[in-house]
Amino acid sequence: MFDQNFIYGCSAIGAGLAVIAGIGPGVGQGIAAGHAAAAVGRNPGAKGDVTSTMLLGQAVAETTGLYGLLVAMLLMFVKPFKAA
Amino acid sequence: MGANMLLSIDDFSADSFMVHGVFSINIGGHTLWITSTHICLLLVVCTLAIFSFVAKGRMLKAAEVPRGFQNIVEMIVELLDGMVGSTMGKHAKPFQNYIGTIFIFILFSNLSGLLGLRPPTADYGVTFPLGVLTFTLITFNKFKFQKVSGVIKGLCEPWPFWLPINLIGDFAVPVSLSLRLFANILSGSVMMSLVYGLLSVVAYVWPGALHVYFDMFSGAIQTYVFCMLTMTYITDARTT
Repeated sequence: MFDQNFIYGCSAIGAGLAVIAGIGPGVGQGIAAGHAAAAVGRNPGAKGDVTSTMLLGQAVAETTGLYGLLVAMLLMFVKPFKAA
Repeated sequence: MGANMLLSIDDFSADSFMVHGVFSINIGGHTLWITSTHICLLLVVCTLAIFSFVAKGRMLKAAEVPRGFQNIVEMIVELLDGMVGSTMGKHAKPFQNYIGTIFIFILFSNLSGLLGLRPPTADYGVTFPLGVLTFTLITFNKFKFQKVSGVIKGLCEPWPFWLPINLIGDFAVPVSLSLRLFANILSGSVMMSLVYGLLSVVAYVWPGALHVYFDMFSGAIQTYVFCMLTMTYITDARTT
């Protein structure tokens, strides 16, 4: 029905769309870092604890973005869709 | 494909960051591939084994006032034990060895990208067993400390018909833990191979800064996160 090159092209577009998932973690990590900066400003003594909590939360929040990245990588390099 | 493109995908090919098969063995009609992951894992494990044998030999004749190598070993052990102790509180004792071991293993696996190896943790076949180990520990501790009735009660938490969602939530833990580690390290090695593969003309010195971020910073953070989440889940299973 469709030839292989058309499917590769569509896969590349899909990969590009999948990486839009990076917006969410970007915003979330920025908010987390901003609040952490405010917390350090209020209580400079707790800098170590605040930083490690922030990094842990950011790394967990990053997961959804990484799922988007994985989908993009599968589409680009593993090429799961073949012409019928 | 345009041969005169500056950033041609032709001479790049995904092979530079995919898992390579090094050689294959035929066992009973099945072809078993020994891949680059096996080789790198073996290198990492051998390094750690040699280090631990040397450390053991050194600690057997430990001095009262530590210096040199003994100092380093004591510092590492104290650091890891302190991390486990501050997270798990009174449950820390049985897990200090396990968490310390997987911490050092994952850290060295991630850092092996610095030596030009393909990090073993950038293979889902390595991180998924680690996630399954965590899942086994969580489930075992749940059944040991909450008993069967407590586990069933926890699964039917707000209402009994919530059971399938709670089950999915439980089984998502190892998958999300392992995918997080895998995708982070994989994205680092893909970025590095993109830099070296597509910008090979100008890739001098400055990729070192990227190595510091993708291999060292990201690798260390993900190691910390993996161990931290494992500890949090296990503590959770042992208390509630």
